[in-house]
Amino acid sequence: MDGAVSGFQPANRSGQETQLSRRAAPRPSAKKADKAIPAPRRNAYPFSAIVGQEEMKRALMIAAVDPSIGGVLVFGDRGTGKSTAVRSLAALLPEMAVVAGCPFACDPVAPLASCTHCSALPKGRKAEKRMVPVPVVDLPLGTTEDRLAGALDIERALAQGIKAFEPGLLAAAHRGFLYIDEVNLLEDHLVDLLLDVAASGENVVEREGISLRHPARFVLIGSGNPEEGELRPQLLDRFGLSVEVSTPKDLASRVEVVCRRDAYDRDASGFIKQWAEDEARTRETVLAGRKRLGSVTLPLGTIEQAAKLCMALGTDGLRGELTLVRAARALAALEGDLEVGTVHLRRIAASALRHRLRRNPLDETVATTRVEKALEDVFGP
Amino acid sequence: MSGLAATSADAKRIEAPDAENVALQIAALLAVDPAGLAGVVLRGPADPRRDEWLEALRKMLPAGVPWRRVPLGIADTRLLGGLDLTSSLSAGRPIAQQGLLAEADGGIIILPMAERVESQVIARIAAVLDHGALRVEREGITLARDTRFGVVALDEGAGEDEQVTEALSDRLAFRLGFEPFGLQRAVPDMPTRAEIEAARLRLAHVGIPADLPQAFCAAALALGILSLRAPIFALRCARAAAALAGRVEVTREDAALAAQLILAPRARQVPEAPTEEQEQPPEQQQDEKQEEASNSDTQQQQDQPSLEDLVLAAAQASLPAGLLAGLGVAARQMARQAASSGRSGMMRRSTQRGRPIGARPAAWRAGLRLALVETLRVAAPWQEYRRREKPHHAALVHIRREDVRIRRYKQNSETTTIFLVDASGSAALHRLAEAKGAVELLLGDCYVRRDRVAVIAFRGRGAEVLLEPTHSLVRAKRSLAALPGGGGTPLAAGMAAGFAMAEASRRRGQTPVVVALTDGRANVTRDGSGGRATAESEALDSARLFRASGIAALLIDTAPRPHPFSRDLASAMGARYVPLPFADAARMSAAVRQAALAPASES
Repeated sequence: MDGAVSGFQPANRSGQETQLSRRAAPRPSAKKADKAIPAPRRNAYPFSAIVGQEEMKRALMIAAVDPSIGGVLVFGDRGTGKSTAVRSLAALLPEMAVVAGCPFACDPVAPLASCTHCSALPKGRKAEKRMVPVPVVDLPLGTTEDRLAGALDIERALAQGIKAFEPGLLAAAHRGFLYIDEVNLLEDHLVDLLLDVAASGENVVEREGISLRHPARFVLIGSGNPEEGELRPQLLDRFGLSVEVSTPKDLASRVEVVCRRDAYDRDASGFIKQWAEDEARTRETVLAGRKRLGSVTLPLGTIEQAAKLCMALGTDGLRGELTLVRAARALAALEGDLEVGTVHLRRIAASALRHRLRRNPLDETVATTRVEKALEDVFGP
Repeated sequence: MSGLAATSADAKRIEAPDAENVALQIAALLAVDPAGLAGVVLRGPADPRRDEWLEALRKMLPAGVPWRRVPLGIADTRLLGGLDLTSSLSAGRPIAQQGLLAEADGGIIILPMAERVESQVIARIAAVLDHGALRVEREGITLARDTRFGVVALDEGAGEDEQVTEALSDRLAFRLGFEPFGLQRAVPDMPTRAEIEAARLRLAHVGIPADLPQAFCAAALALGILSLRAPIFALRCARAAAALAGRVEVTREDAALAAQLILAPRARQVPEAPTEEQEQPPEQQQDEKQEEASNSDTQQQQDQPSLEDLVLAAAQASLPAGLLAGLGVAARQMARQAASSGRSGMMRRSTQRGRPIGARPAAWRAGLRLALVETLRVAAPWQEYRRREKPHHAALVHIRREDVRIRRYKQNSETTTIFLVDASGSAALHRLAEAKGAVELLLGDCYVRRDRVAVIAFRGRGAEVLLEPTHSLVRAKRSLAALPGGGGTPLAAGMAAGFAMAEASRRRGQTPVVVALTDGRANVTRDGSGGRATAESEALDSARLFRASGIAALLIDTAPRPHPFSRDLASAMGARYVPLPFADAARMSAAVRQAALAPASES
């Protein structure tokens, strides 16, 4: 086909007259991949230094251990460090292997057939491998569709007459995380696009003679304040885990939050250094969890119990059970247990199920209580 | 009560600073650390004194720092940056334009009429404040850069209901009502630019007493301030104050000042008397005061009130007068509510003023409204390219199908359901609880349709708006649950209030649906006096307004036996009449769904 996209090399940005840099941050271009992590993440607040908020931290670590759980929604009060936690997640993630030069970060072991770059590589030769950080891509408010889905690289089209696709945030987030702060303020048509891509794992672009699809599988992380508006049920359902955060009420934790925040503000790199050891330990835990995940056994009894719990709560569909079981397994892996048991189900049930309860929007506040009550009914106190 | 006496004596020791000084101090502190303190909410009408304050701030800031106004209804392209339509069209290739937020880096952003700024704009500004960085992914432009600025929100709202959303005010350190003070033209002790500059350099080296964070946190809790930003701001404020005074160590005066400027205006409750203080007679504290005066060395802390007490006392000394008057046992309850919900935030979010809801790509067909500028914007960068592709095409502007953007009007699809609840004694006797139950079920339906809901109750002598139109059903439920019953039935006033709100929401482009739940026993006239005949005829008059303006309405008769007057009332309103003699909440809800809401949302 004539309209086929030729080449995906990152466009040459020199000689650009615009004041703004284009495509600077989300993923360092292949040539610059060895360079440090992009600017906004460089000095992120250490994950391990977050005071309390155990449920949120656990959910994020579980998502890092098993991305197939389907992401995390963090809802709660203003100023509780929701976005801080998500942004610091990147530091806990291991590096991943990608095909060198592939704009969609294909896995060298199994490059996708649909990837135009990798399928064009000479057959029989092993693709060159490169280690890159797992992307954690921000979807800022006000993002337009062309930057989310990707579009024709107009500079190159004009300068060289080449139809090159300029991948968007969805491509950048492939095999990584896509983070939406204030997710309940996201424009409707972007939500539609996200839902579509999240369901199919593929982004389809039809624009300016470009006809292209590329894989876009990512873990969706959303955060927001419920007082600013409700989340569309379809989007709510996409999230594997949903956690509620609130401002700590006890003086000691509050003082600790303020002190750490102050120390970080005063000297970010010193603070990060101070927490480096804890951070390394947390990272180790996640890595070990990932390794262990495959060998964690899931007894039939546990699955039955999960099903019983979901039935007791009347959750819609099978997604609840699936998520519950997977999250429990990831939790077991994270904590070094080799078998998933009731104890894991119990601890993750609220996160996995509270947003799946049959919709009574006015009961939002007591969703957690309902799950806890069902837990007692099913498993005993 | 001896504890209270002790604290008030404590409070007397620290005098409330005079307003004029406070205003200047805030300006100076903000000039020292605009990024750390994030800004100020200036509340009050447009006024020369406000301009003077702004001028004073500007004079203290380093020369030439950015100073940008964010107009109401600003478009994303201007706020965040994006494609410069005009130059892109003439150049034939994309030319980026920097956004206002990026331009303001290192300076100050002014938000006029901040109480009316759309929540979308607030959220974008808040994101920059939170992360000290601006991230833009728009119209082919990617930008990620450190951006820090201070925000001066000019809150011109009148009354409780109109104020800057908490999503913004919580993120700004200071609140300043400038009504009561006037700046003199030449304030002698206004810091000079050089002094501010020196303070800025000193700021990074200012140390704090080890127990200061604890003191601020404890005081914040005692004052019912839940947000953790308050103690963090207080710390920064104390540091800035020390730097401004030429010190490299925060003193007790700095701490007290921070408590007064940051904690007091956020207070939600009057602190309970600390138990430890109860044994301390006030005289002893007088002694301490003298001691403190004679040796201000902070190492003598055993002899002085602890930093914690000092901070709390300082904050207490400048609690807003209204707070003390209006707060009792209800204070804590209020605090809980207010802490979790930005009252006006919800309202702002619901306004349709200023910004169109946006444009979205869609296949062109008749009946859709073209968003011309958006379409041009999409097409602009491609012009040169398309001309090359089709050199023989003589079109001035090449527009392709995929460029087409259509206007989206949220207003058309958005319904505001206004619940008009009779909470009078007669209704309460009958089935107020049941009516509440029905409303709750209806709220569930509203949730599915993403309607806005509002609640007005009438009882006693008049009607009261319990909840302005909002998407937050949780709040709707809360306001209903707290609704007491009793008193007469000022039906006319209730009808009038419902009509006023319906008209207001229609002006905002929404479709109002009024659901009135009443037993029709009108017995209070509009001027608050009794008399069934007058009350009924006035109620009918008010009801006719609905019919005259064609507002969809539904009247649910909650009386045990259907009453002819209620039927008359419904027909005067042009409302569907649903008598529900012995219905339960679920049946009532089903009837409403059938009778009123379905056709209304279709139209």
